Amino acid sequence: MDLLVTLLLIAVGAALINNFVLHYFVGLCPFMGVSRRLDTATGMGFAVTFVISVASFLSWTLTYFVLRPGAPVTTWLLHREVDLSILNYIVYIFVIASSVQFVEMYVRRFFPNLYRSFGVYLPLITTNCAILFACLEIMKHVSGVEDPSRVWGLPQALTLAFFAGIGFTIAIVIMAGIREQLDVADVPRALQGAGIAFIVAGILAMAFTGFTGVDRGLEKLLKPAPSRAETSSPAQVHSSGGEE
Amino acid sequence: MSEDATPLERFIRGIIPENPVYRQLLGLCPTLAVTNNMKAAMTMSGAVLFVLVGANLVVSLIRGLLKPHLRILIFTLTIATFVTIADRFLAAFMYPMSKELGPYVPLIIVNCIIICRCEVCASRQSPAAALGDALGQSLGFALALASIATVREILGSGTWLGIRILPAGWDDWVIMVLPGGAFLTMGLLLGIANWLGTVRRNPKATE
Repeated sequence: MDLLVTLLLIAVGAALINNFVLHYFVGLCPFMGVSRRLDTATGMGFAVTFVISVASFLSWTLTYFVLRPGAPVTTWLLHREVDLSILNYIVYIFVIASSVQFVEMYVRRFFPNLYRSFGVYLPLITTNCAILFACLEIMKHVSGVEDPSRVWGLPQALTLAFFAGIGFTIAIVIMAGIREQLDVADVPRALQGAGIAFIVAGILAMAFTGFTGVDRGLEKLLKPAPSRAETSSPAQVHSSGGEE
Repeated sequence: MSEDATPLERFIRGIIPENPVYRQLLGLCPTLAVTNNMKAAMTMSGAVLFVLVGANLVVSLIRGLLKPHLRILIFTLTIATFVTIADRFLAAFMYPMSKELGPYVPLIIVNCIIICRCEVCASRQSPAAALGDALGQSLGFALALASIATVREILGSGTWLGIRILPAGWDDWVIMVLPGGAFLTMGLLLGIANWLGTVRRNPKATE
């Protein structure tokens, strides 16, 4: 039950409160580039959700078993604790690039319809910072965490990744809806294109700021008071960004 | 960009005419994320300068060995190596700043400015041209970050580089240090840059 509550808090945090685009500013390139039309925006959103989940699964596995200080595989191989976390970034970028490649091949082979709807967006995702950012967030909760009970397992990592993707989809779909309407609006010429898009995004970001504190409210509601002290840590760590 | 520009021309071009942020809309994540105060913005620019110069030089030196289909992978691995160096350096010597920048230092790996410069310039030009290009682009990036950070820090906290600028009675515009303010500042500055750059010079031209 505690795990479920934790997962719910992570999900709400990733999708709404600390929305990747509107709070952390990652994934801005597709957010600005592909949000002109509603259908392509939806396609991009789902492609990102898909790849972010796959890449996070792989990077969690690698971080947990190989890269973090005292990970099982390195300890077993070398008979002492090794800290490989200096390799984190190189490994992540390699995992992302190759998982995009494999996902593309797999989807093309087995789901041709899905492949056609993703179109050119799949390869573009390699340079999407949202994917790397999700891997780094997961790393923060796995590698170098002193208290073993606070280390994230696979469920937490996957929930964060999947709902971060959903949050991205929500943001880009809202944005595309607004921009379709903007096409017929009278925008000053200097602001046309990217300028007005940023201002719209700013207003959206302000709206999403309104979700700040929802996770703490939910936590109070769902978690029995006595056990709060030792179980609330992951959600609190996660929500710390929203308090700034 | 023409192929036979001298390193100096490339250097000057990167600063204003082909400014990576305002003209090419590249590298937007750090531009918005770390500009709520000037110090963080300048540290970020320094890190980008180091990574861009390093990656451009290495890519330019090995440009004869690059295979077309593996090119992007080699670029990203080179960049990731330099980013790891920069990240460890910040963590060792500027720990509070490294904490504040957090994940945005490793995110330099996927910063499109660097991949774009490696692809457009360094993989085809001599090391000297690549160096000039890298310095110009990172200076342009630093200028863009400085402009956004100046607006946001002065309006949002009344200070600039940590020094009090506005009178103590100033009500801080909290929105300017929140994500919303970043988008708004960026949008308005982009509008001003567009207006100065193109619209004012040839009023007849449409987009």
